[in-house]
Amino acid sequence: MARQRVRFTFSADMVREPIIYRLGHDFDVVTNIRRADVRADMGWVILELDGADEEIQRGLTWVAKSGVRVDPIAGDVIEG
Amino acid sequence: MAFIKGLKCRECGREYPGGPLNVCDFCFGPLEIIYDYVTISEVISHKRIAEGPLSIWRYEDLLPASADDPVDIMSGYTPLMKARNLGKRLGLNNLYIKNDSVNPSFSFKDRVVSVAATKAVEFGYETLACASTGNLACSVAAHAARAGVDAVVFIPADLERGKVIGAAVYNPTLVAVDGTYDEVNRLCSEISDNYHWAFVNINMRPYYAEGSKTLGYEVAEQLGWRIPDHVVVPSASGAMFTKIWKGFNELACLGLLDGVDPMPFGADQNTVHHPAVTTRMHMAQAAGCCPIVTAWENQRNQIRPVRPDSIAKSLAIGNPADGIYALRVIRESEGSGYAVPENQVVEGIKLLAETEGVFTETAGGVTVSTLKYLAETGAIGPDELTVAYITGNGLKTQEAVEEVVNPLVVKPMMGSFEAALESRVAAGV
Repeated sequence: MARQRVRFTFSADMVREPIIYRLGHDFDVVTNIRRADVRADMGWVILELDGADEEIQRGLTWVAKSGVRVDPIAGDVIEG
Repeated sequence: MAFIKGLKCRECGREYPGGPLNVCDFCFGPLEIIYDYVTISEVISHKRIAEGPLSIWRYEDLLPASADDPVDIMSGYTPLMKARNLGKRLGLNNLYIKNDSVNPSFSFKDRVVSVAATKAVEFGYETLACASTGNLACSVAAHAARAGVDAVVFIPADLERGKVIGAAVYNPTLVAVDGTYDEVNRLCSEISDNYHWAFVNINMRPYYAEGSKTLGYEVAEQLGWRIPDHVVVPSASGAMFTKIWKGFNELACLGLLDGVDPMPFGADQNTVHHPAVTTRMHMAQAAGCCPIVTAWENQRNQIRPVRPDSIAKSLAIGNPADGIYALRVIRESEGSGYAVPENQVVEGIKLLAETEGVFTETAGGVTVSTLKYLAETGAIGPDELTVAYITGNGLKTQEAVEEVVNPLVVKPMMGSFEAALESRVAAGV
């Protein structure tokens, strides 16, 4: 089992999509929201994911393909 | 000794002992250092600082690591130059350049990495690590060499060789990751969770970021324990921007600024604002990666991550970890933000070089072009005390200014030289 902490950023056209519900429903991943700020024009959610490593990666790939930005919770760690 | 009490979450306020942690276990908010300012106020003084080393460690009482045996390559205490020529060009009579490009590995990163490396050794780590495309890699590798510990530096596989030579020379383990920028980012974040390594800007981040406060302390000390009316600061993650502000406020609260009465820090040390700190904080970003400035311009309280597309690579952080806090500092200080058009970045580099003899990298070009904009629009008055922070050396991004190389080509004969000189004069160049 693996655990990953991620941040999803939703653009205005994705805010109304049930992405987190589908991530938990369609993949064998437990989602646990810790902090969020969702508004009409954008939103972000910080959450923890539990599951097999491959399943988490498969789920995150699907989330990113759906148009939601996926980042580590520490933000960009590559610095100039 | 370090006067720290522990760590505190900036979002939910939960407290933790001072360990190698960077996020709150409960809400995943960022952790910040809690200091014992009561004890600090009893020991710190101008005299004690003046008797310290000519490096960032002269401010050891306000840093989260012990200066008894710091990992120090003599970072900091860089020149604050009165910029008469540039000031004349911009109509600013009281302009200074904080030239941090002369640090040992040629950027301000030496300040933050020195603190992170010292703390890492204190925690017993034997490996320093980072993911970087330039300045941070050089600084981490240099400090690891000094500390006698291993260094692991992650870079994108397609990074130009020239960008990593300055780090490779210190003999770190270089790991070139064959993936997109986002994939490299995610991998490094995962590795930091799984390896007992001190990733300076991940698990060591609360300590690392505090090193930037010294950019505020030094400017105040070099100005005779005064703070500027305006500062112009280049921003990537936003951390340095917030820490310069914090540094000014700490000095004021501790009674270390001339003519300023001390003030208690209160419950939330990290947002304390002494009313005597009236410095306006101006943020400089390049148009190709300006998520914080965009939020400020649009009066939003959220930072929208972007995909960087800028020649100012050292500022290219599309999802800035401290963006929201930097945004608050712009507002609290009644400062501003400016996104420099990409084609003006090089103009800024050339302007500083031609007027003050300082060759900066692209981030410095962003700072100088922002300064120019602020002067031209009247946001900075002619006699206001202004400091522009130049945080990296031009030798790191020489390719950005290749166009300046335009020599007179002559044969080894006086006639050839004089003819060439005459044609150059005639062309008015």
